[in-house]
Amino acid sequence: MAALRVEEVLAAAEEQEAEKRRSVTVEKELELEFDLGNLLALDRNPPPAAGLRGAGPRREALLRALARDNVQLLVSRLWELPAERAGGAGGPLVAQLPEPTFRLPREKPPPRPRPPTRWEQFARLKGIRRRKKTSLVWDEQAKEWRRRWGYRRAGGDPARAWLAEVPEGADPEEDQFARLRREKRERVARNELNRLRNLARAHRAGSAVPAAPLHPTGHQSREELGRVARVARVSTASLGRFQPRLPKEPAEPPSRSGGKKRRFEPLLGNLAAERSRQLEMLRDMGSKKPVLDITRAVNKQLRQEEAEAAAAKGKKKQTQRGKRGRRQQRVGRSGKKSGARRQPQQRPPSSSMSGGKRK
Amino acid sequence: LIYCYRKPKTKRAKRFLEKREPKLKENTKNAMLIKGGNANLTVTEVLKDIYAVKKPFAVLYKKKNITRPFEDQTSLEFFSKKSDCSLFMFGSHNKKRPNNLIIGRMFDYHVLDMIELGIEKFVSLKDIKNSKCPEGTKPMLIFAGDVFDVNEEYRRLKSLLIDFFRGPTVPSIRLAGLEYVLHFTAVDGKIYMRSYKVLLKKSGCKIPRIELEEMGPSLDLVMRRTHLASDDHYKKSLKQPKALKPKKKKNISHDVFGTTYGRIHMQKQDLGKLQTRKMKGLRKRPAEKSAEDGGISPKKSKPT
Repeated sequence: MAALRVEEVLAAAEEQEAEKRRSVTVEKELELEFDLGNLLALDRNPPPAAGLRGAGPRREALLRALARDNVQLLVSRLWELPAERAGGAGGPLVAQLPEPTFRLPREKPPPRPRPPTRWEQFARLKGIRRRKKTSLVWDEQAKEWRRRWGYRRAGGDPARAWLAEVPEGADPEEDQFARLRREKRERVARNELNRLRNLARAHRAGSAVPAAPLHPTGHQSREELGRVARVARVSTASLGRFQPRLPKEPAEPPSRSGGKKRRFEPLLGNLAAERSRQLEMLRDMGSKKPVLDITRAVNKQLRQEEAEAAAAKGKKKQTQRGKRGRRQQRVGRSGKKSGARRQPQQRPPSSSMSGGKRK
Repeated sequence: LIYCYRKPKTKRAKRFLEKREPKLKENTKNAMLIKGGNANLTVTEVLKDIYAVKKPFAVLYKKKNITRPFEDQTSLEFFSKKSDCSLFMFGSHNKKRPNNLIIGRMFDYHVLDMIELGIEKFVSLKDIKNSKCPEGTKPMLIFAGDVFDVNEEYRRLKSLLIDFFRGPTVPSIRLAGLEYVLHFTAVDGKIYMRSYKVLLKKSGCKIPRIELEEMGPSLDLVMRRTHLASDDHYKKSLKQPKALKPKKKKNISHDVFGTTYGRIHMQKQDLGKLQTRKMKGLRKRPAEKSAEDGGISPKKSKPT
């Protein structure tokens, strides 16, 4: 008896719940796809084409009913998200949105890691770290805290310095103020030169660094000029066939691949040359002694010498650097990458050394 | 900014350049709304309404620009670079293509996708005399119609429209502030865009009942030409940097019932030297220790 009563009570409760929820439930053939991070809902059900064909208020009513159902489903989902009261008990109810899942293209490509500047490489090697400087410095003269540089700096305005000491061993006739001004100009110029060099190095390393603004005065590299001239030559309506040549330009156009591709002899060409070549090949294959290619042997020997010299120089530098340097070096050496990176760095200086030895 | 050719001389200029450089987590996309050389009243009204919807992430150009986006994209790319906008909408009108609207997006200041839509019917914001929702509300987007998944061009259009109207990405949202919804229905070769204001009515349970009120621009569009990016170019633009991927938490697992299991790795312990609770009663009395008598059982200590 009691069990029956309990069942009845439960059934009644369920009925009541269903009643309450009827106003917010929506029946759909296919479930919608939701991306709550974007407040997005995708309805795959085909809309009733028949009703929507005729223009007029009926169409609007149908569209509005469809929209109402979809929005109801989306809002139910949003209300199920974890929500809290922002700003205390009386604040508005705020729901935590998940990350958007719909993949959209980016605005700009992701930032590429840029190669370290010359100073950054050196600092990493030596283990030098940035020390945070205080923004204000105590000025004894003015007896107050002044900024480190800029307007009203701690040491006074250097442009209005009225005293310049003559250093020991300097020419007494020399104008010290002029010397100070000249040295500042030189420092600024050197700084700018180093910055542009870093930029050029980064561009050569191939990171996303703009190259075009690097040649403001027109001093472009030879390869770049050649490439541009070639492209300009071919950019006519007849693809460069009737373009007059410049005085020193080579007569036949150099190959686009720069001569790297393999070139094969024509099939029915010089029979005698082909015959002699095949016989020579047979002779080399049949001989007992290995054939010596002089140029390859010499190049191999030179490469070995260079590698040895570079290794010796590297070892010498390591012993000179001291404990800190060695510690830093060891950490860097463990990765495979650092080894590969070091190779091209060391080769250029040694190749310039042994440049005289080559033919 | 170290690799800028012209280093900025003021902090303000530096901030300006930093805002525009490529970042890991990107800014909200801005849209530029441009009138063509022969834009008519309808198209101008459409652009003005879309600007009202997309404020403050849009720029409306007042003057007419005589360009043809489908033939020459350099002018659009120049504008995009100057105003740092990656979305655009270009309106024009001629006899062959009346009430034309080209909607598109850029990647790295080069045109990625462009879709030309014809406006068949347009009801503007001021034609519908209702209360409007505040500027800058994040709209809810709903796409109805199976053709949005089946047809490739419609799929790109869906992605473009989401990108265009999405607004800033926020971590949390005020539930009472969900006021604006944009509903796109694709049927019979036409796309119906309707905007509604959402009214949350009381229902018996926690979830409110929704009533919609027509507000805002409503457009009947038909797809004309498209200029879509090739697949590999599109894939390149979708690529996200690895740093943005959420890091997996190690040593945590969940089972079917929702229980969370954690895993702790311990070092090897010498169980003889463990520090346990001292039970004084269990300690060997000195007399017992010397005798090493196994017969006498130690007293049981009461649990405290």
